[in-house]
Amino acid sequence: MNSRTEHAPIIRMKNIEKHFGSVIALAGVSVDVYPGECHCLLGDNGAGKSTFIKTMSGVHQPTKGEIIFEGAPMHFDDPRDAIAAGIATVHQHLAMIPLMSVSRNFFMGNEPTKKRFGIPFFDHEYADRVTMEEMRKMGINLRGPDQAVGTLSGGERQTVAISRAVHFGAKVLILDEPTSALGVRQTSNVLATIDRVRKQDIAVVFITHNVRHAMAVGDRFTVLNRGQTLGTAQRGQITPDELQDMMAGGQELATLEGSLGGTV
Amino acid sequence: MADTAATGDERVKEIPAWRRALIRPELGGICGAVLVFAFFLLTAFDSGMFAPQGIMNWTIVSAQFMIIAVGACLLMIAGEFDLSVGSMIGFAGMMIAVFGVVLGWPMWMAILITFALCLAIGAINGFIVIKTGLPSFIVTLAFLFILRGFTIYIPQTIESKTIIGGIRDAAEGDWLAPIFGGKIGQGLFQWMGDVGMIETFTRGNRAGQPVIDGLPMLVVWAIILIVFGHVLLTRTRFGNWIFASGGDAEAARNSGVPVNKVKVLMFMFTAFCATVFALCQVMEFGSAGADRGLLKEFEAIIAVVIGGALLTGGYGSVIGAALGALIFGVVQQGLFFAGVESSLFRVFLGVILLGAVVLNTYIRRMITGER
Ligand SMILES: Nc1ncnc2c1ncn2[C@@H]1O[C@H](COP(=O)(O)OP(=O)(O)OP(=O)(O)O)[C@@H](O)[C@H]1O
Ligand SMILES: [Mg+2]
Repeated sequence: MNSRTEHAPIIRMKNIEKHFGSVIALAGVSVDVYPGECHCLLGDNGAGKSTFIKTMSGVHQPTKGEIIFEGAPMHFDDPRDAIAAGIATVHQHLAMIPLMSVSRNFFMGNEPTKKRFGIPFFDHEYADRVTMEEMRKMGINLRGPDQAVGTLSGGERQTVAISRAVHFGAKVLILDEPTSALGVRQTSNVLATIDRVRKQDIAVVFITHNVRHAMAVGDRFTVLNRGQTLGTAQRGQITPDELQDMMAGGQELATLEGSLGGTV
Repeated sequence: MADTAATGDERVKEIPAWRRALIRPELGGICGAVLVFAFFLLTAFDSGMFAPQGIMNWTIVSAQFMIIAVGACLLMIAGEFDLSVGSMIGFAGMMIAVFGVVLGWPMWMAILITFALCLAIGAINGFIVIKTGLPSFIVTLAFLFILRGFTIYIPQTIESKTIIGGIRDAAEGDWLAPIFGGKIGQGLFQWMGDVGMIETFTRGNRAGQPVIDGLPMLVVWAIILIVFGHVLLTRTRFGNWIFASGGDAEAARNSGVPVNKVKVLMFMFTAFCATVFALCQVMEFGSAGADRGLLKEFEAIIAVVIGGALLTGGYGSVIGAALGALIFGVVQQGLFFAGVESSLFRVFLGVILLGAVVLNTYIRRMITGER
């Protein structure tokens, strides 16, 4: 399981700071992500997890700090640069367009083309076929590839976003709370997919509030709290209970847990 | 329950064919066009509206609407409006007159420079919108006044009048001008006249010539722009970007769609369409007037909305917009042929606009399953 230390990190986030006006969302966060690992990012609401992965995927430019991608300093001007570099993201607020069909959404920004008379046309046939295949793999049966995303359920939408990211995440796959709206079967599908993708030497960054999900697939766990890292732990070095306490901002959950009968 | 494949199949049948057809954006346009034609065929058939000259008459008017509707359609689907289209038409025509007549430049040069100028103004519109994040409604409203102001100011200062003529003479023998002012298919129409498919003049110096001597380039431009716009929107990756940019700019950006580029290019395309309109118009009239193109921006937007596009962006069709423009042209000219007071055209416009918007909202609820 320690094969990743033989690799160099695919992406190193060094002392990333992000300020929104007077709000300091990230106050110097450093995280290395290795190929073939599932790096779980945990922490309370508002800890800065989404902001952090958005700097990784080019949505935000860090106020301070450095991003080293494959050993070289990298500056992502916009998400297009990150996607071109092989970083695919499932955002917490899904990047889906309700009025567009599933297959148009699936390939949005990465449309397949087929040349006819020298003009590159959108290859709808290929797009429809791949979309249906990928969705079937995730356990969702679409009515058709031309179904509008707006008619899908929340979980179905999430599944489209995840399978899209898996399809395009050549090197790094970032999942921001991907399982929050999923059913049991779809959740285990996503966790199995993370495992499968990881084995293909792709780096996975997985944000979740669910310790069991994190423990099921995570190799390393980084806990954020109020814009800072509380540290990174290896799998096996930390118990689910310790992790849970750290996620709550280091506070003891014991009292709460007691009153709820240990269900938290 | 366990057999998921069967569930998938069952669900296919949940959407009946009529409902599927109903959520096509063109549906409203198709129904409207059929109704309008049926109405005028019944009420104004022997008024000459459906004789060759009558057909050409409403075809030309419809083609004018179509040219600006295509631009407005793609821009609206990309999530923006351009209220400066009408002023741009006046401005572009005036620039042709200033360059080609007042300054005496060769017409092709006047045309190319006018295009460059108008596309640049379209790009400025777009840049201001994307940089400031202001609604395009307000930015282009400013340009509506700015451009109209210049269109009146320039000829008044240099010629002390608001109409500059002599464009047809200046365009005489030019290689580029006929692309906007000329006609094609003269041979075909002559043949149709000879075999008696269309009437010919029996008297005067045009005796023997058909009553319609060719298809105006204006109509050709309308067809080219519709085909181009339709193919671009539905068959290319750029078309997908247009839908995405208008559907949800933030989501599109996060998925790697170059939203800003798409929007600026669509503003430029709208300016291009307005300039084509202006060129065809000045070549036909032989003059440029400071009041040309008044209210055209609204007519374009109405045609697009009748054609099924959503004012909120992200949904619509070029074919629908073209049908909207056709409805427009047929009704405007049809009322004239039927001898109805032309002010009623505005009443009709208001009613049909309201009807279209209500229908579109209903359709959107159906597609997005808005709860
Ligand atoms: N665009 C923005 N402008 C201003 N403040 C922002 C912006 N984005 C995030 N923030 C602030 O940064 C902080 C971190 O937000 P972030 O979305 O990263 O939290 P999170 O860890 O993803 O939380 P959650 O678990 O609820 O998703 C919050 O206090 C939030 O208010
Ligand atoms: Mg978040």
